[in-house]
Amino acid sequence: MLEVSDLECRRGDRLLFSGISFSLETGTLLHVRGRNGSGKTTLLRALCGLYTPDAGTVRWKGEDTRRLREDFHADTLFFGHSNGIKGDLTAVENLRVSAILDGDRLQDPMLWEALEQMGLAGFEDLPTRMLSQGQKKRVALARLLLSKAPLWVLDEPFTALDLDAVDRLQRLIAQHVADKGLAILTTHQEVALTSGQIRRLHLGAEPRED
Amino acid sequence: MWRVYFCILGRDIRLAMRRRTDVLTTLFFFLIVVSLFPLGVGTEKPMLRTLGPGVIWVAALLASMLALERLFAADFEDGTLEQMLMTPQPLAVLVLAKVTAHWLLTGLPLVVMAPLVGLQYQLPDASLGVMMLSLLAGTPVLSLLGAIGAALTLGLRGGGILLALLILPLYIPVLVYGAGAVTVSAIDLADTQPYFSLLGAFLLLALFLSPPAAAAALRIAME
Repeated sequence: MLEVSDLECRRGDRLLFSGISFSLETGTLLHVRGRNGSGKTTLLRALCGLYTPDAGTVRWKGEDTRRLREDFHADTLFFGHSNGIKGDLTAVENLRVSAILDGDRLQDPMLWEALEQMGLAGFEDLPTRMLSQGQKKRVALARLLLSKAPLWVLDEPFTALDLDAVDRLQRLIAQHVADKGLAILTTHQEVALTSGQIRRLHLGAEPRED
Repeated sequence: MWRVYFCILGRDIRLAMRRRTDVLTTLFFFLIVVSLFPLGVGTEKPMLRTLGPGVIWVAALLASMLALERLFAADFEDGTLEQMLMTPQPLAVLVLAKVTAHWLLTGLPLVVMAPLVGLQYQLPDASLGVMMLSLLAGTPVLSLLGAIGAALTLGLRGGGILLALLILPLYIPVLVYGAGAVTVSAIDLADTQPYFSLLGAFLLLALFLSPPAAAAALRIAME
């Protein structure tokens, strides 16, 4: 599904990584690891097309993602460092906007249910700036419950979450991979899968395993 | 596609309504700048009538630019802009929705306020009408052109000043023909037609060219 060949990224003069190649089939979880500053986030952004790599290509279903652009975005759910939610909007409003942007036609009860499942019952109607850091993250992660995108790209999704939410998210990712989805994430947590396979990629000093 | 357009438009207007100070500062800025001139230069009728159109238009330019800096910056900071870039929707449509919201919040109120502030310059009734019409045709151009500058300077330190330097020269044609229409209307109302034709042409050009240009600038700024 996703093929990456000879990816190379630089930040200014500094070479972050080069010669990254891998190919992922459905039902796979790619766990990207590496020290701080080893280029994990840049790799994820390059995979999504938010960052133009200095060399190499990313192909989705056999086609260059830069040519596919919108079609590729329709198949991708990107979750970056910042939560991507508006502090002045309520949790439901935030979720509604992102659902419409993703092109999903959802009824309001589904949004409320997703928030309830993320453990936000009672907080749906509050402006999200009143919520705690972890709760904001939960609001943002509620998108995962609603998304039909086969490829999830998650950058440090576990930070600021409590044990209960971490567990919930781990199950969510495992479920997605079991449903023939693809997930790429950077994290220091282990994710146990019920089915499918885990691949690991190490950026930086230690030898890469593919 | 229109669903997405109205979604972003509605979102931005709702956000502005929850944070009214941002909108109100722009409008008060316009009101104060325009009111300062008669106080400074005296109240002689012929001089005010000559100055009026130009001053009101320049104040409208500056007021529109004041709010431009925040056009994409807020979305950039909280990561929603990144989400917009990753959606299957054409980015130009999202940009157009944001520009529309910017105009509805800063341009349209100026159009409504113009006749009131125009009274301070003792402009004749016909000129007040022309003033409203020229602002109605011109301020959307300001928002559209400004979006390109806002996208280009996104995430830069001191972006506000740079934005002004980039965008103000581009505003010159709109200023010349917008203020020109009002000046000419004091002599003969029929002579304003070519001015409006040109303003309309600017508007159409900006409407088609600026959203894709701003979208491309945003993609570069996000790297």
